[in-house]
Amino acid sequence: MNEWNPFRPVAAGTHPANDTPAYRSTAFRHPTAPLVKIPQTITEISGPRFSPAQFPPMTDLSTMNGRAALGERIIVAGTVTDEDGRPIPNTMIEIWQANAAGRYDHERDQHDAPLDPNFHGEGRVFTDGEGGYRFTSVKPGSYPWRNHPNAWRPNHIHFSLFGPGFATRLITQMYFPGDPLLDLDPIYLAVPAGARTRLISRFDLSLTAPEWALGYRFDFVLRGRSATPMEAG
Amino acid sequence: MTGVTPSQTIGPYWHLIGHAEWADLTRFGARGERITLSGRILDGEGLPVTDAAVEIWQADPPADERFPGYGRSATDAQGGFRFTTIKPGPVPGRGNALQAPHLALTLMARGLLVGLVTRVYFAGEALNETDPVLAMIEPAPRRATLVAAPDGPGAWRLDIRLQGRDETVFLEV
Repeated sequence: MNEWNPFRPVAAGTHPANDTPAYRSTAFRHPTAPLVKIPQTITEISGPRFSPAQFPPMTDLSTMNGRAALGERIIVAGTVTDEDGRPIPNTMIEIWQANAAGRYDHERDQHDAPLDPNFHGEGRVFTDGEGGYRFTSVKPGSYPWRNHPNAWRPNHIHFSLFGPGFATRLITQMYFPGDPLLDLDPIYLAVPAGARTRLISRFDLSLTAPEWALGYRFDFVLRGRSATPMEAG
Repeated sequence: MTGVTPSQTIGPYWHLIGHAEWADLTRFGARGERITLSGRILDGEGLPVTDAAVEIWQADPPADERFPGYGRSATDAQGGFRFTTIKPGPVPGRGNALQAPHLALTLMARGLLVGLVTRVYFAGEALNETDPVLAMIEPAPRRATLVAAPDGPGAWRLDIRLQGRDETVFLEV
């Protein structure tokens, strides 16, 4: 197994389909022709490497200029591994989320909920040598969207991961256990039933910082490598 | 074996929008033939996709501390994206094949539950005729949806259509 082994195909039943009518925005945005499956080459097997010097970490979303954001303080931590359980060290994770009131500090968000001057909602962390990551934030609020009458997004945090190659790029959302909105959310429900609960974090008392913040564990799994290396070029 | 984490949409509110400089892959001092790549993203009704994240990755020239090989551009009110980068050269393919100069391009947006992947080639490159990935695309006229056209000195242009007539060919990698 080395850095020139291609990545295995993603198992059927993992990702949602882009043609998901219950999520209205997909209607005119999903391609209608089937994807053309290509063999992975250096373009797909290699990928960007980010250095913390050029992309500085932002591991505490819960304060700005030393002032605390409103909301329930949380610690989110976990690992990034591949399907075979191999840790993915030194990989960059980008994070963004709504504030505790369910409002993004973003020009497009016009939801009638307050902005928090001490919360921007953007983070960036790198995994350590064992694939571990950790950041502090506040629990994001739910917010309405206009997908269907009385539609509300469950509490969620957005993540962007790169992993070892272009083919491992992943954009996803982490949810919270016990959220009653999950069963009503077309974006969450678009994930095949057998894979859906992978997106729900676990409350973890051992991550909780007493007198300070609740802890949630969320582990990311990226595509593993096939056993056979790419033929030499 | 543990199951892969499923994909979700990037949504309309991605904060990564705050880093416009990421669209310039030469910002760390890269040397080479500097080019711009621009285009528009259009949906199945021909309307601009104004909230997309467009990303490029290129294996050539090899990434180093001066050249990240990777860039991200937000689309504007016309659905337009624009990168500044170094023009790639050919790279090895499988076996003894040589691939024509190309960039990998990923597109993420509200309404896309999984990001779309395609490639950008450059019109007029002799290797386009024998490129193993382009050759897999049938019917052959659809290959043109991956080939950027010259748009002035050092400038290249490729529009991407998500759906319908002249739909861009998207790849499974």
